[in-house]
Formats: sequence, C-alpha cells, structure tokens
Amino acid sequence: MSRTIFEKGASGKSGDYIHENDCPVDQEKLVIQRNTPMNLPRIGEQGVIRHFCELASRNYHIDKGIYPLGSCTMKYNPVVHEEIAGRGEFGGLHPEQDPADVQGALELMYNLQESLCEICGMDAFSLQPAAGAHGELTGMMIARAYFQDRGEERRTVLVPDSAHGTNPASVAICGFTPETIKSDSRGMIDPDLLREKVNGQTAVLMLTLPNTLGLFEKDLKEIIEIVHQAGALIYMDGANMNALMGIVRPGEAGVDIMHVNLHKTFSTPHGGGGPGSGPIGVLGHLADYLPVPRPVRKGQSYDLDFESEKSIGKIHSYYGNFNVFIKAYAYILRLGAEGLREVSENAVINANYLMNLVKKNFTVKYPGPCMHEFVASSDPLREYGVKTLDVAKRLLDLGVHAPTVYFPLIVSEALMIEPVETEKKETLDQFASLLERVATEAAEDPQVLKDAPVNTPVRRLDEVRAARNPDFRWSPDGNPAEES
Amino acid sequence: MNMDDFRFTEEHEWVYMEDGVAVMGISDYACEELGDIVFVELPEVGDAVQQKDAIGTIEAVKTVADLFSPVSGEVVEVNGDIVDDPGLIKESPFEEGWFLKIKAEDGSELDDMLDFKQYKEFIGK
Repeated sequence: MSRTIFEKGASGKSGDYIHENDCPVDQEKLVIQRNTPMNLPRIGEQGVIRHFCELASRNYHIDKGIYPLGSCTMKYNPVVHEEIAGRGEFGGLHPEQDPADVQGALELMYNLQESLCEICGMDAFSLQPAAGAHGELTGMMIARAYFQDRGEERRTVLVPDSAHGTNPASVAICGFTPETIKSDSRGMIDPDLLREKVNGQTAVLMLTLPNTLGLFEKDLKEIIEIVHQAGALIYMDGANMNALMGIVRPGEAGVDIMHVNLHKTFSTPHGGGGPGSGPIGVLGHLADYLPVPRPVRKGQSYDLDFESEKSIGKIHSYYGNFNVFIKAYAYILRLGAEGLREVSENAVINANYLMNLVKKNFTVKYPGPCMHEFVASSDPLREYGVKTLDVAKRLLDLGVHAPTVYFPLIVSEALMIEPVETEKKETLDQFASLLERVATEAAEDPQVLKDAPVNTPVRRLDEVRAARNPDFRWSPDGNPAEES
Repeated sequence: MNMDDFRFTEEHEWVYMEDGVAVMGISDYACEELGDIVFVELPEVGDAVQQKDAIGTIEAVKTVADLFSPVSGEVVEVNGDIVDDPGLIKESPFEEGWFLKIKAEDGSELDDMLDFKQYKEFIGK
C-alpha cells in the first residue's frame, strides 16, 4: 500500500520547484563557487511590471505613430501573423525532427519559396539567409562559384553610389573588389558611363532597385544588356521590393540574382536586432549553386534535399529563421496577388503625396515621381545655421520619429523619408505640417532647433564621447564600470 | 604655410610639396561637412600608395568617408596626434591637423589640382 500524499510531504519542505539540495557536497572542491553574492535587483513583481511599463512608455514605436525611417520600411505588421507564428504547432517543432513528422512546416517553406519565385519572377529561392546583407553575401558567393565553375577570373563588382551601404561591404567580404559608379544628374545610372566601366574583369553589377534615392532605373533594360553582353551577372538588392510587388518581376527583366527582406516587405517587425530573413532568388542557370538543404516536393509529400554538388553549402544553422517564414507566408496568403500590388501602389502614392508637401520647405534634389521613398535636403535651412541633425532632433520634440538622416551620402544634409503604405493621409498631413513647423522655427528662432530635443527623456547626447568612450554598464556607485 | 602653395582635390583633400614630400590633410570645408570626427584610420609608414586610391578612413558621427591619396609614392610620416585626438583636425585643418607625408614619385601630379581660389569656387564659397 503506497503512502498518501499527506504522508509524502514533511515539515520543513516547501512547494517550491527548486528545493535546497540535500546531497552531500565537499565544499573544498567547489573551486568555481562565487565569493560574492550576485547583485540582482530586489524588487517585487508589481515593481518589475511598473518599471518595464515605464520604459515602454518612453519608447517610440510604430504602434505609437509614424516611423518614417527611409530605407527601413517601418510598416505596421498585423498582430494575427504573430499569433499564427506563435502557435504551438509551429513553436513546438524541433529542427532535428524527421521530415516525415514535419510535413506542414516543409510545405510552408516550399510554398513560400514558390510564392517568392512568382512575385519576383525568379526560378528558385533559398530561405536561408538571416537578413538582407546576409542575402547579399550569399548572392556574391553564388556569383563567385558560378565564375569559378566557368574558369573565369572576374574580380570586380560594380556598385552605384546610390546603393545600400551594405552592398560594397558584402562584395569585399566575398573577396571581390567593389568599384563605385557615380549617379548622373537624374540620380540614376548613366548607360554610357556603365559601358566604360564594364569589362572582362566585371563579375557583377549590384543594383539597389529602386535605388536609395527612391528612383527606379529608367534605363534598366539597357543596363542589363550592357552587363550581360560582357558576360557578367546582375544582382538586385531587393530590400525595396515593397515598391514593386505585383508591378515588376525582376527575373523577367533579366536580373540573375536577388534578395528580398521578409522582415521589411513581408510583415515581420524589425529594428530591434532581428530575427530577420533575406531569402535569395536566382534564375535557372544559377539554381544549383543555392545553399542546401532545400525544401522540395516529392509527389504529395515534402523533403529536404541536401544533394547538390555545386551548392555553395550551408549559410545558416538548419533552414533559416523559420518563425519569420510563417509571418511572410501568412501575409502573402492573406493579401493575395491583388493585395500585394495594392501594398506597393499605396507605398508609392503615399511617398509621392508626402514628397509634394515636403517640397515646400525642403529641397528634393531629384524631383519627379519617386517610388516608395524620397530624399529631401535641409540645404535651404543652412542660411539660418541649421543642419539636418537639428531638424531631426526637433522632430523628436514634436513627438514623432525622425527620418533617416545623412543617407544616402550623395545628397547633402539628407532626410530620407519612407512613409510606407500603412499610413493614412491624415498622418502624412500631420507629419508634413510638423516638418513645415520646424522649417518655420529654423527661420524665426533657430536656437529652438539647436537646443532640441527638450521634451525627450534625455537631451542631445555627446555623440563624439559616445563613439570614443562608450560606457554601457551601470554600476552601483555611478562611476563608469571598470573593464574586467 | 601660404595658402597659395596648397593644392586641392575634388575629394576635399589638400596637399603641398616640401622637398619632394607631399604633406596632405582635409579642408576646413570637408571638416564642416563631415561633422564631428571620431576616428581616423591611416596607412602605415612605408606603405606604397597610388594616387586616387582609398588609403584610409575618416569616421564621423554621421558618416564614414574614404581618405584618398592625392599622390603616388611612399608614406614617410603619419600624424599620430590626430589618431589620438581627431578633434584636432577640425581645430586646425591646415596645420596641426595634417594627415600624412608621402614621398611623391612625381610631384607633377599637383599640376592638375585646384589652387586655393579654384577650390573656393568649387565649393561655392
């Protein structure tokens, strides 16, 4: 007869999950035991909740208001995608599980690859890269493997000065030499200049499309012809694909390799350090070089294909950031072909509407219709001794997030603005009126801008000191923590 | 130094010759455009450099810019003071804030550059 539950308990024992260990221990052998107690905050549950709520209320985020950081695509991400991705059926999977037991997950990955192929006009996609720059590096590795296979020594990758800043870095890390192509007066690639630059050494032209000025290359067809005639490849940085969905299929235009950013275009919140996802797509002649394993369909079931002699190998643990795939797939299914096109159309219309309002007080060096973003400049405020940084800081005072500043480098005092498709006209009007207010203040009382921000939890920071002597660690006595 | 002896590149570097050695730095206009400089990365003494090649970087709060060699030759001296205290560049761009001394292979490379007056026109001042 077993003991009752009352008998199993004993005085001195508690219901705590972790109980005091009652096994014999030789204290002298505990050489890695710490000498001082850990300095943990002693605070009750309510105190913790209030602390983090207060921090959250100081934060600025897309759930609070417009977040017009150019190049970043800070759009609203539907909550339902988070809920779907958080379901136990997905969250409880382990990447070591047998493919036969995770057919649904493989189907999702396969279908997402196929959807991206359809949206981009590419023949094959790999979901492995963890973010945009990782996709770029993967693309460069594919190009390198391709030319090695053909026995061609090509060392140079051409990168326009209107490209994303990561492009030349990805090129250099892969062992190619980046060479800059200057934009012409339209803010685009001049085909004649390109012709001069392209030669037998050219491996790839790396094109950010639309470029960082928010412009679509008008001579795209000619550009692609020039590059292909020289035996080189076209890489498209598709981080700005949110301007093109349902309108342009880059693969059909002749783009050989491209990446998209699921965390920007396809609804995953980002900006906090990830996880992101930067799938890489290729045309058929490069498909064998894609990373393995690749989810494949075999009749009615799905499997992982590890076999590809030409593959550049693995570039991420397991299969990439699966959680992001779920949200992207949900987004694509929910919107459908028409919805995706509408997203891009709205993004472009919003940007053009806002650009026309902003033009009143700021210059737009490359006017004319833009795509999903545009670059304004605070040059007209120079005469008041005001710089773009002052404008940005003043916007914080007025309760909105500032645009991207000082990028791209080819526009002086740049303000790079991307309103995204999820903002309404009312919000765009408000943001434009704030910019107008700042411009007026600059003329009437520039010191207001110089002193900004005054309404934020911290005032203007000493950025030089932050860069040269960063101090990240809190210490109880208030002194900078010693390096240990 | 007399500003008439300075020559300028369109990348906003200045250079003058001193006994076959090119002394170089960046202009006050460049300093103003870059904003506060926080780090500089320079080549080492003995490095061979080619004209127009990127030979170092200037990191400012808002951007990172390449440093281009105005001449071809060999680096014979680097200004360690600006590495320790980049603020010196903005304080004294044409004197204490110099970057490098390069033993030039061919001093005539300066002939095609802008003189002070032309440079001022170039930057619209």
